[in-house]
Amino acid sequence: MGLVLALLTFAALAAIPLFPDLVGGPATITLFARMILYAIAAVSLNLILGYGGLVSFGHAAYLGLGGYTVGILYAHFISGSPFLGLIPGTNQLLVTVPAAMLVSGLFALAIGALSLRTTGVQFIMITLAFAQMVFFLFVSLKVYGGDDGLIVRRPNVLFDLNLRDTTTMYYIGLVALAAYVWLVARIVRSRFGRVLTGLRQNERRMAAIGISTYRYKLVAFVIAGMGAGLAGALMANLQRFVSPDMLAWTKSGELMIMVILGGAGSLIGPIWGAIALVGMETALAGWTEHWQFWLGPILICIVLFARGGLYGFVASLLKRDGR
Amino acid sequence: MTLVLEQLLNGVQLGVMLFMLAAGLTLIFGIMGVINLAHGSLFMVGAYAAAVTAAQTGSFLLALVAGLAAAGVLGMVIEFVVLRRLYARDHLDQVLATFGLILFFNQSIILIFGRQPMFVNIPPAFQGAVELLPGVPYPIYRLVIIAVGILVALGLWVLITRTRIGMLVRAGATNREMVRALGVDIRLLYTVVFGLGALLAGLAGIMAGPLTSVQVGMGEQILILTFVVVVIGGIGSVRGAVFGALLVGVVDTMLRAFLPGFLRTMMAGSEADALGAGLSSMGVYLLMALVLLLRPKGLFPAHG
Repeated sequence: MGLVLALLTFAALAAIPLFPDLVGGPATITLFARMILYAIAAVSLNLILGYGGLVSFGHAAYLGLGGYTVGILYAHFISGSPFLGLIPGTNQLLVTVPAAMLVSGLFALAIGALSLRTTGVQFIMITLAFAQMVFFLFVSLKVYGGDDGLIVRRPNVLFDLNLRDTTTMYYIGLVALAAYVWLVARIVRSRFGRVLTGLRQNERRMAAIGISTYRYKLVAFVIAGMGAGLAGALMANLQRFVSPDMLAWTKSGELMIMVILGGAGSLIGPIWGAIALVGMETALAGWTEHWQFWLGPILICIVLFARGGLYGFVASLLKRDGR
Repeated sequence: MTLVLEQLLNGVQLGVMLFMLAAGLTLIFGIMGVINLAHGSLFMVGAYAAAVTAAQTGSFLLALVAGLAAAGVLGMVIEFVVLRRLYARDHLDQVLATFGLILFFNQSIILIFGRQPMFVNIPPAFQGAVELLPGVPYPIYRLVIIAVGILVALGLWVLITRTRIGMLVRAGATNREMVRALGVDIRLLYTVVFGLGALLAGLAGIMAGPLTSVQVGMGEQILILTFVVVVIGGIGSVRGAVFGALLVGVVDTMLRAFLPGFLRTMMAGSEADALGAGLSSMGVYLLMALVLLLRPKGLFPAHG
């Protein structure tokens, strides 16, 4: 059933740009592209949050680091001066995206190595605090725009594709999402994934059977950070703008809500969650300026009453029909 | 030298403020096992209620009462409506639900008072400065804050170590289930502890008003710093909150005051200022990382 739902989801997502009129005109393709990119970030967070049970409250940091990698490489590409006098700037997507994932991964390695020494509520607070540290770092970097952020005047170059075209960006995002979901699916089914799930259920027991749990958690943390970096790099290309807003702590909260809303620990639930939350925010924002006034209570109700998220809800419906 | 003394006192004053928030947060976590992100909202609501009352009536005493009442009542409402349902849930649900509360409260404040920050005058009785040492004037109001903080810390110490409620609080922090099994009305204890935490957060907000502008988002700024304090001090430990708060307050203030000047001896002025500001914002987080490397459970772990 999981496979069928996943294929259906991707088929529907692939078909959306073909029928722009059905979804409210070509302008909404940008909105859908944003949903797709947030979905990548949510799926990556789900790997540690949903499967591993690691409540990271700083996931937006890796999103922002990915975005800033693209932005900073572009700024140096335009100015011609290499970054730190060593690394030349570039606007090639095939270079910037791996670079973004590398940067996010390295930060995740450093932050994870420290944070994973703790568990429970301390881990939540520490990941949040480290994300704030990265946030303040970029706010203070006046060279790269500081508070105001950094404009990426032209999107990166990928072969002869026109990345200014949102439909093209949408499909690039979708391919990236599919690739990352495939990777996560492989991970979850592997021995590594089994250990990760076991860690969520009972870490002490996993340690007792001779598994060094710290290493598993750290590797998962880095893979998740790299996924968020990928999402951030593509987002910088879609919006042609990066700012500290991308790594604000509220963004981390939103990513967590996407995972919970869609269904933590399910492969494609977070994709639904990202679409639902971004859609809900856009709808509320179009209706009233004070949309957070309504979003807050909605979130509380989701947490209090919707166990298992959208995916759990659909899965239980399908099971009932099957009987 | 006089500047160092002045900044040291400023650091202690920030530390005292952080302590009032951290004590509530750490007690609530220690007793109920709840992580309450909306603690910063109580700080904000206390500040707003006091600011509005002070602007309307001009009386600092009334403002104090209004701020405490607003924070206390709101705290009880939050506990009754939302948090009570979250005691048995995992931390993730608690974080998300209280995150929803923050969005709601921030937007409510914007709806009622607008986005413009409000400014509060220092109460007339505490205006001016005194000379601590010959040639070292220091604002009276900041000294008052430090004094209030010391009184609160002493009061909490007496409450926790010398009274029956304090005994129950200590027992609850050690083993919640056992306290309940012995026939203590744990719900009442929860309400008392939560109300106390809310009042302290509100008090900190009221006192912060005249020093910084009262604005939306002030709660989260200080909340995250409070987290750092709680983690450094050890979760659930009031003693840890005292030391953690003073450490964070002094380190943060000292870095902000002296790092840009120090950097300016090495590089251009404007760059040094920007980098100094950034590095000093990061300083307390680096401090936290350092503490965690040496003591993963904080400096004064509450249990074992």
